[in-house]
Amino acid sequence: MSGKRDRREVIVETRNLSMHFGGVRAVEQVDFTLYDNELRCLIGPNGAGKSTFFKCLTGQLSPTHGEVIIRGQNTTYAETHDIAGMGVGIKTQVPNVFDELSVDENIWLSARRWHKAKRARSVTSETIERLQLGDIRRDIVGRLAHGQRQWVELGMVVAAEPWLVLLDEPAAGMTHEETARTAELIKEINTQAALIVVEHDMQFIRMISQQVTVFHEGQILMEDTMEVISKDKRAREVYLGHRA
Amino acid sequence: MNGGGSLRQMRGVFIFAMIGVVFMFVAPYVLQLFTIINLTTAIALAVLALSLALVWGYGGILCFGQVAFFGLGAYAYTIAAINFGGSTWAILVAILAASAFATLLGYFMFYGRVSDVYLGVITLTVTLIFFSLIRRTSGPEYKIGNALMGGFNGVTSPPLNLPWDSSSFLFPEQVFYVAMAALILCYVFCGWLVTTHFGRVCVGIRENELRAELLGYDTRLYKLGIFTISAGVAAVGGVLFCNGVGRITPDVFNLYNAALTIIWVIVGGRGTLIGPVAATFGLFYLTSALGGQSLFNNNLVLGLILIFFVLLVPKGVAPTLSAWFTKRRKPQRVTRRRRRQGRAL
Repeated sequence: MSGKRDRREVIVETRNLSMHFGGVRAVEQVDFTLYDNELRCLIGPNGAGKSTFFKCLTGQLSPTHGEVIIRGQNTTYAETHDIAGMGVGIKTQVPNVFDELSVDENIWLSARRWHKAKRARSVTSETIERLQLGDIRRDIVGRLAHGQRQWVELGMVVAAEPWLVLLDEPAAGMTHEETARTAELIKEINTQAALIVVEHDMQFIRMISQQVTVFHEGQILMEDTMEVISKDKRAREVYLGHRA
Repeated sequence: MNGGGSLRQMRGVFIFAMIGVVFMFVAPYVLQLFTIINLTTAIALAVLALSLALVWGYGGILCFGQVAFFGLGAYAYTIAAINFGGSTWAILVAILAASAFATLLGYFMFYGRVSDVYLGVITLTVTLIFFSLIRRTSGPEYKIGNALMGGFNGVTSPPLNLPWDSSSFLFPEQVFYVAMAALILCYVFCGWLVTTHFGRVCVGIRENELRAELLGYDTRLYKLGIFTISAGVAAVGGVLFCNGVGRITPDVFNLYNAALTIIWVIVGGRGTLIGPVAATFGLFYLTSALGGQSLFNNNLVLGLILIFFVLLVPKGVAPTLSAWFTKRRKPQRVTRRRRRQGRAL
């Protein structure tokens, strides 16, 4: 099994990654590997360390111990903008958008980071069309509904045309229909990029999941497909048991 | 708002600039010389307000010590002009000195990730340090080249001269033309800057710094950039100010002036450039008018105005007016948009 895997390119790797807050060991000695073209979900109960792990990957936190390696580069202590500057698209848990600006301007600021003015305009239009934001493109993002704001943020991620996408709870606060559309979009992104998706919503994970990593008390409990995990006794106990 | 040509986005800026040009050529014919001289000072302060409107309103950086760069520009101009025996290069020295100092100060603040509130505290403190420091330079030993610092009495500023003849000084009317032209140029420059990629990223950082970083922008560099540019604009104001008044004293660095600059921008409105400029003229003439009577205390009235605006018009005059106009025009705009969409289909 591992022989087949090893031939694929490793694009994200953490070695012995730990993040301690005082006495709290939010993430403890995590060895994690993501291969090219992979779509990986991270699940786990509240406080399992998923979001802290995510923040270590994106440079928002500097880990206490260990290393983060993205495409062969050690990014353990890199700034967030350096990691994003490598072509990594990031969506945080709380929607981070430019509230006072229009949808158009939000997406343009992302596209313009990578393209010259003319190309940035067309990438912006393409992205808006792709995410079906045309009706609200001139609206101020701060006045949009929560789900729409999430989509604007996803639009910013997509407009940068990343090769690696890190999403923290992309479906949080979305309606059923929006969640389904988000799942479709994630699958579509996966045709061009590898993804790590942190998620709570089990139904959503079932829609998109391939390989799933279960976090528990700051460590990786297990890694497998959703079918295997939902039958696993330990996983059910720490997480699934609480929910369904 | 996000069209291809930045010229279209700058339509408003050009309209106000044209009003400024008309005023510039008409004012000397209809106003008395005394008023024109007074106006020159108001214009200098308007440039200062413009610089804070840029760094605070667009960059989101609350610089409580914008007068530090203004005063630094004025002192640098005065000292350089005395030593050079001419004003042309001294103007450049003033802009460079203030910008260089802003770069140095900004480097430590932005790369040290100082938070918003402390940034205000640091910039104000730096301003007050200048105030105390320069007040104490009253002996003959405090000399830069041929220029005596003069302590709390300040230094007499050499007037502007023609660039090609350092012995022909400009008359007050001519200084007024120069000041007005400088204000218009600075205004158009700032208006253009905020439509560029750089300016729009700065606005993005104001809205959400983390998101800007997540898009791959080094926010520290952008903040340092807009901070430095605004210091340069403030220095232009400083040069005009010491020309209008005829001398520069350490009082320029005092708490009253630092706070006054903030008031202009609050009253005029953050996120616009013309608002703070207009508010500066308005409040300058209000203070002058109040100076002529003794019924009300000047500062009391200013304080009341500030409280009025913070409580009732928190966005300031210009954004409130423009929102009001947009609301009135909205039905029209919607139909226009529908028509455009129809055409696209």
